[in-house]
Amino acid sequence: MLMTNLEHVESAAHHKEVLENNENVMICCGRMGPMCIPVYISMEELREEYPNVKFMDMEFDHPEAYVIRNAPECSGFMGLPFTMYYKNGKVVKATTSIQSKDQIVNILNEVF
Amino acid sequence: MHTQEQFDLIILGGGAAGLTAGIYASRAKLSTLILNEGMVGGQMILTYEIANYPGYENISGYQLSMSMKKQAETFGCVIKQNITIDQLDIQGEIKSVKLSNGNVYTSKAIILATGGSSRNLNVKGEDEFKGRGISYCATCDGDFYTGQDIIVVGGGNSALEEAVSLTKYAKTVTIVHQFDYFQAFEHAVEMAQKNEKISFILNSTITGFHGDEKLKYVEIKNLKTDEISKKEIDGVFIFIGYAANTSKLKSHIAINQYGEIITDETMATNVPGVFAAGDVRAKKIRQIATAVSDGAIAAVSAIEYVQK
Ligand SMILES: Cc1cc2nc3c(=O)[nH]c(=O)nc-3n(C[C@H](O)[C@H](O)[C@H](O)COP(=O)(O)OP(=O)(O)OC[C@H]3O[C@@H](n4cnc5c(N)ncnc54)[C@H](O)[C@@H]3O)c2cc1C
Repeated sequence: MLMTNLEHVESAAHHKEVLENNENVMICCGRMGPMCIPVYISMEELREEYPNVKFMDMEFDHPEAYVIRNAPECSGFMGLPFTMYYKNGKVVKATTSIQSKDQIVNILNEVF
Repeated sequence: MHTQEQFDLIILGGGAAGLTAGIYASRAKLSTLILNEGMVGGQMILTYEIANYPGYENISGYQLSMSMKKQAETFGCVIKQNITIDQLDIQGEIKSVKLSNGNVYTSKAIILATGGSSRNLNVKGEDEFKGRGISYCATCDGDFYTGQDIIVVGGGNSALEEAVSLTKYAKTVTIVHQFDYFQAFEHAVEMAQKNEKISFILNSTITGFHGDEKLKYVEIKNLKTDEISKKEIDGVFIFIGYAANTSKLKSHIAINQYGEIITDETMATNVPGVFAAGDVRAKKIRQIATAVSDGAIAAVSAIEYVQK
């Protein structure tokens, strides 16, 4: 279990349900490591500013995290975390490795 | 609407040094503001496991930094993170800091605790292949390279120790280093030299990263002969040291040839009312324990200055 204040994606079925019920979704899939923690914290801070976006995380080593690990958009990714941005259930952006809060804000403004 | 607020003390940087200074100053009843560009915790957050900070046999850098932050806030210290500093005026009696959102904060004294950042190679392809073959964290990304061929760039303790730890996963590890000697401690060099999976390319540096959706090969320049060769590779881990975060400070304050702030033993700089603490200042040992020590001394000096 990730020790963050974000809502966690618990399974592949939950992932599907979240995408079906929310127009704009950002999910950070990682571990409690130094490249991932700053991304979770930025997401926690951005929740208020972006009420139209559902911010969640998912444990990278969860067996059902294959929904992100094996996504075609993540092919070639070799750095944690894998961060996904979905609009109407479709991946509109995916990033690998640490991103600064400014980089995340730029993506949110661009895709949502 | 922009705000303008006054404090007794402003601390730039919320790493180990800044947070400690915040704890001491707020506990002494100085109204204290910590302004941090990026995430509070600084380099501690980049550390999976800290085994040499007194009082904790083993603690993650994240936990240690969150506990320092909480302790500072308990004493009334105000902490703002992920801010951007637009303008600094620290020469006069009143120090002022203007943020990019237009807010202005003033104080009687200021502590500069902006720490250090890891150096990049700054060569072609480095940004493009970050997370697609280039990594700065062996513990985070090592397992992606199981059974593969990788390069570690650097010749200090981090580079050599991480190269050895990466042999748990990688088929081969090649250390590329710009000199023909290492800055690392003797035992770290010995461990790397003894490891059968590790080989060395010395007097050399990477000058370019190439691939498609993943890194495929690097260009390596021999710094003695200027000869450039190509090497096919699955991953590159870069550990080439840290540089002081003084780009926004150096026009205001005396620094040495490495860009580090010069202080006396009370952490005072050449500007009255301006103190510096932690990795940002010119010193030999850069550790959490020494940053904490600097932070405590700088805070006590700032308290004396404000109450003079
Ligand atoms: C991977 C790694 C492992 C380490 N392992 C250990 C270990 O096991 N034990 C140990 O004792 N030490 C370890 N260290 C060293 C230790 O982390 C540092 O010496 C110490 O944390 C430095 O603290 P600091 O407060 O001086 O600076 P930093 O931690 O660098 O904090 C400075 C803060 O200032 C912020 N900042 C930068 N510029 C500005 C600006 N212009 N305005 C406002 N804020 C700014 C930064 O975002 C940062 O939060 C490690 C370092 C690294 C990188």
